[in-house]
Amino acid sequence: MLRYILKRLLIMVITLWIIVTLTFVLMVSIPGSPFNSDQTSNETVQENLERHYNLDKPYHIQYLLYLKSIATLEFGPSIKQPNQTVNDLLGRSFPISFELGMVTIIVAVISGILLGIIAALRHNGIVDYLAMGVAVLGISIPNFILATLLIQQLAVNAEWFPVATWSSPAHMVLPVLALATGPMAIIARLTRSTMLEVLTQDYIKMARAKGLNPWKIIFKHALRNALMPVVTIMGTLLAGILTGTFVIEQIFAIPGMGKYFVESINHRDYPVIMGTTVFYSSFLIIMLFLVDIAYGILDPRIKVNKKEGE
Amino acid sequence: MEKIVEVKNLHVTFSTYGGTIQAVRGVNFYVNKGETLAIVGESGCGKSVTSNAIMRLIPDPPGKITQGQVLFKGEDVTKFSEKKMRSIRGVDISMIFQDPMTALNPTLTIGSQLMEGLRQHQGISSARSKQKAIEMMELVGIPNPEERLKQYPHQFSGGMRQRIVIAIALICEPELLIADEPTTALDVTIQAQILELFEKIQEVTGVSIILITHDLGVVAKIADRIAVMYAGKIIETGTKRDIFYKGQHPYTKGLLKSVPRLDVKGAALTPIDGTPPDLFSPPAGCPFAPRCPYAMEVCNKIYPDTVQLSQSHEVNCWLQDERGKRLLATTTTKE
Repeated sequence: MLRYILKRLLIMVITLWIIVTLTFVLMVSIPGSPFNSDQTSNETVQENLERHYNLDKPYHIQYLLYLKSIATLEFGPSIKQPNQTVNDLLGRSFPISFELGMVTIIVAVISGILLGIIAALRHNGIVDYLAMGVAVLGISIPNFILATLLIQQLAVNAEWFPVATWSSPAHMVLPVLALATGPMAIIARLTRSTMLEVLTQDYIKMARAKGLNPWKIIFKHALRNALMPVVTIMGTLLAGILTGTFVIEQIFAIPGMGKYFVESINHRDYPVIMGTTVFYSSFLIIMLFLVDIAYGILDPRIKVNKKEGE
Repeated sequence: MEKIVEVKNLHVTFSTYGGTIQAVRGVNFYVNKGETLAIVGESGCGKSVTSNAIMRLIPDPPGKITQGQVLFKGEDVTKFSEKKMRSIRGVDISMIFQDPMTALNPTLTIGSQLMEGLRQHQGISSARSKQKAIEMMELVGIPNPEERLKQYPHQFSGGMRQRIVIAIALICEPELLIADEPTTALDVTIQAQILELFEKIQEVTGVSIILITHDLGVVAKIADRIAVMYAGKIIETGTKRDIFYKGQHPYTKGLLKSVPRLDVKGAALTPIDGTPPDLFSPPAGCPFAPRCPYAMEVCNKIYPDTVQLSQSHEVNCWLQDERGKRLLATTTTKE
């Protein structure tokens, strides 16, 4: 197990390095610089600024400086938001994005699985068609359209929820709903189809022949097997939710990381681009790692490392 | 002798898009305490459906018990509520499935699968149930039971898994064990071991067994009585001796002739020509008549009554019926 984790950590570091390098290459190859939009600055000011942020150095030196800043987790000051370091920005905005993301995932997973189970148990009944109809809608409507619809109907017309910003649980409802519907629909459909398959298995019949009560059969015997494919797509869904937060944070004016991520690219704010990229990618890589671990816990046939004699 | 289970005029149908399949059409049999009844027949004749009907494990819809009774110790289980039925399954009547590779849940340990029935039905402590599980593993011949309880199905061989399936079925000390083709998925040497295990557990626990199979070799080894099933009906029942030495129904004879023999040199197998009838619209007469070399006109029109050949031996065939014999005599004289 320990060897496996170490191996995975090494791979994660390499993955991260590739991401960082690619980002750097892309960053320097986009035309423009952070100071282009400053109309007032003359050439001397610009040169001084570039020197201050090490932008006058050759690319390979800049690249090494970036690697150093990542290794020490000191991303330096933001170019566009003076008096603030990237670490400050992330430290303030990450908890908000994290909260939004986590609540979304929990809502999507729990409601998706429950919906899938209900649909499978009422296979070909009205509840099944209804649930799957809703799921198709959920998959096909993009979250930014859903978000604006929700704001229009539930916040502006009905005035049940606040329109935007992030301060109380009531503020969470609409953004989470907009962000969770898509993944929830995917999970529901997947759970339903795998449940239907698992319910015809011999071991389910055997569990019934033991006289177990139906809830035990569903949750202990069927669900665990049915969740395997759901866990598999969790990685992809996580990435989707992560990128979804960029858009949703913009729409709901939530002061999360997504806002800085988008703005930093527009402003060529190199340290912030680097900082957010590293942060997002490490977060996703760690999540994917946890998904793999969960896989081994759910299905004992998948062992992360082989014991002797097996 | 006390009858542990008695099936009377059982009918089971399945509704499909193509129509209604009459899978079981009026089956009668009984099992005495401590004996083994083998239900023999080819694929699709309704053996498994009959056994599932006793356990009320037929998926409904599409399946349905439309008529008849299943008397377990005198009580009709077809009238039981689902809840009452759950208290019987695994406790009074247990089942062993055909394929041990798929009958165990791959994500749960053997121990948890062994003990969960015990916990649910008898509500005993985990230490007690573990003790019981270890005893059961020993009975079915699994070495190091304590170690093995913590392992998962994929860590066992096919034969071992079937032993575990048997242990699970026996753990609540049922009075009736239904084994649905318990050796079909195993290779021959393991088959023999499992059959010996059946004999042993019957000796130790006194459980009655209904053995569903198409393998006459298995039947010859462990059955006390045999019911031969064809197209949803039982066409002949008798003791092992009655069926193997004095089988009267042409289908029974055909089955026995199609078993490979080691004692006769160069003996060719004699297959039964034709195929079983379509159970969407089963024939009014004897379902075997179209394939029967001795079929008479009456065989196609009217289903024969049960003829009692001896105290233990019954057959449904016009050839054995007095009226059929008279008919046979008149037709042969005409020719």
